[in-house]
Amino acid sequence: MSQHPDTWRKPPFIANPLLRWAVYLGALAYFGWVAATMPIDWARVAQGIERAGRIFGGAFPPSFERGGLLIDGFLESLKIAILATVGGVALSIPIAFMAARNVAPLPVFYLGRAIIIIARSFHPVIVAIIFVKAVGFGPFAGVLTLVVYSIGFVAKMLAERIEEIDFGQVEAMRAAGAPYLSTLVYAIFPQIMPRQIGLTIYQLDSNLRASAVVGIVGAGGIGATLANAFGRYDYDFALAITIVIVAVILVSEAISGQIRKRIA
Amino acid sequence: MTGISEQFGREDWSRHTPKEKARRFGIFAVCALAVFWALGSIEIIWAWVWDSPSQMADLFGRMYPPDTSNLGSILRVLWETVNIATFATALAVIVSLPVAYIAAQNTTPNRATLWLGRLILVSSRSVNTIIWALLFVAIFGPGIVAGVVAIMFRSIGFIGKLLGEAIEEIDTRPVEALEATGASRFKVIAYAIVPQVMPTFWAVAILRWDINLRESTVLGLVGAGGIGIILQGAIDTFNWPEAATVLLAILALVVLGEIVSAFLRRRIL
Repeated sequence: MSQHPDTWRKPPFIANPLLRWAVYLGALAYFGWVAATMPIDWARVAQGIERAGRIFGGAFPPSFERGGLLIDGFLESLKIAILATVGGVALSIPIAFMAARNVAPLPVFYLGRAIIIIARSFHPVIVAIIFVKAVGFGPFAGVLTLVVYSIGFVAKMLAERIEEIDFGQVEAMRAAGAPYLSTLVYAIFPQIMPRQIGLTIYQLDSNLRASAVVGIVGAGGIGATLANAFGRYDYDFALAITIVIVAVILVSEAISGQIRKRIA
Repeated sequence: MTGISEQFGREDWSRHTPKEKARRFGIFAVCALAVFWALGSIEIIWAWVWDSPSQMADLFGRMYPPDTSNLGSILRVLWETVNIATFATALAVIVSLPVAYIAAQNTTPNRATLWLGRLILVSSRSVNTIIWALLFVAIFGPGIVAGVVAIMFRSIGFIGKLLGEAIEEIDTRPVEALEATGASRFKVIAYAIVPQVMPTFWAVAILRWDINLRESTVLGLVGAGGIGIILQGAIDTFNWPEAATVLLAILALVVLGEIVSAFLRRRIL
């Protein structure tokens, strides 16, 4: 008789039992330790809930009285997003070519990758703080921040797309004796164009969303309006701004999704 | 023989029909107009723009060389930042499971729960982590608890949405097979649904952990714990060499996080 059990059991997630228990115990110990060292001050929380009640009490009903400020803030966010998308995408194209292994020589490839990694690693808020210190408050710092933010995303995705292209067309152009630039324009651009346009539209949407956040640290746009309202305890106006931000984000997400669906 | 002119109604070949050309031209014109509108009406002090390269050079000049005298406490807070991200991701994963379950059309008990699930996902996703952090700092007071809760609230929407979509795309035949044998609802979930969404689950959890690592570096700017507090302190006191060290530490953390998540993704998926 074979020793096989006659009931089926689910195979475990990690096959090696030693490693399995080590991982489980390690995770349990780690999360237990983090939870135990979490400095929760319950008295402070009780006070805080009261304070949250006051904030929400002050926020209802949302006040659209100063709609003019709201619209101005939004238009500024939109302008920041448009300019940052144009600048960011324009810079992303050469950086993406630098960071694509199949078209760039090795030193250039490393330089391109390094630019992308640095642009991606820093949260836009950190970048915004540095730009605000360097070039002063206002929308210009916001535009610079979102240019960096756009490079981190668009150049990365575009470089991946360039690495996936059909190389036959490039070889054909080279065999015909075309110079480097013509090879890029006639053999590579047509292949990456659809992705390029899709990414640009996505990034415009993404920049609009991010501009609401970087404004909080002084980089202009609707975020600055929101931070001001919060700072002046105008919670009802702050809630109105938040509602409008959420609505605009949902609408712009829907529009950009529709356009990208039709292009793809 | 049919000539080009008979086939297409014109003599010479061109890539686009006149209608397509007009449409492309229209789209270009709209884009150009939008850019000119933005450039023309944005309130930028152009003198600052021309001045900015030298200002940036000056700033980075002051950052060099990075001051590592405070490295010990920076690394300790960096570890705290990792804990915030990891713990918040773990909590968000646990909370988002039931939310994903009721927000998926094929598993939700009824229409009311479907809309409740979607409402939770949309409101969690639409509010940025920083804004959540502002709120929770008011409730819990400054510190890492506010940071953990803020990241958790933002992550629930992200994980729940992607997981809900994965549940909606499962193969329904295993579910039907189990139901036909009279399995309980719990067993159907455990043996028919869970194994199918497991790969997505891990992929989404790892991706979100990677994102949360980045987000937790800025929580400190609104007082919610992590490395951002030290960065803010260094910038506010114009201690640029220390700020440079913090920035390099954040860069190292994020790159390390990306390597770890790539490794986990390869091992698990």
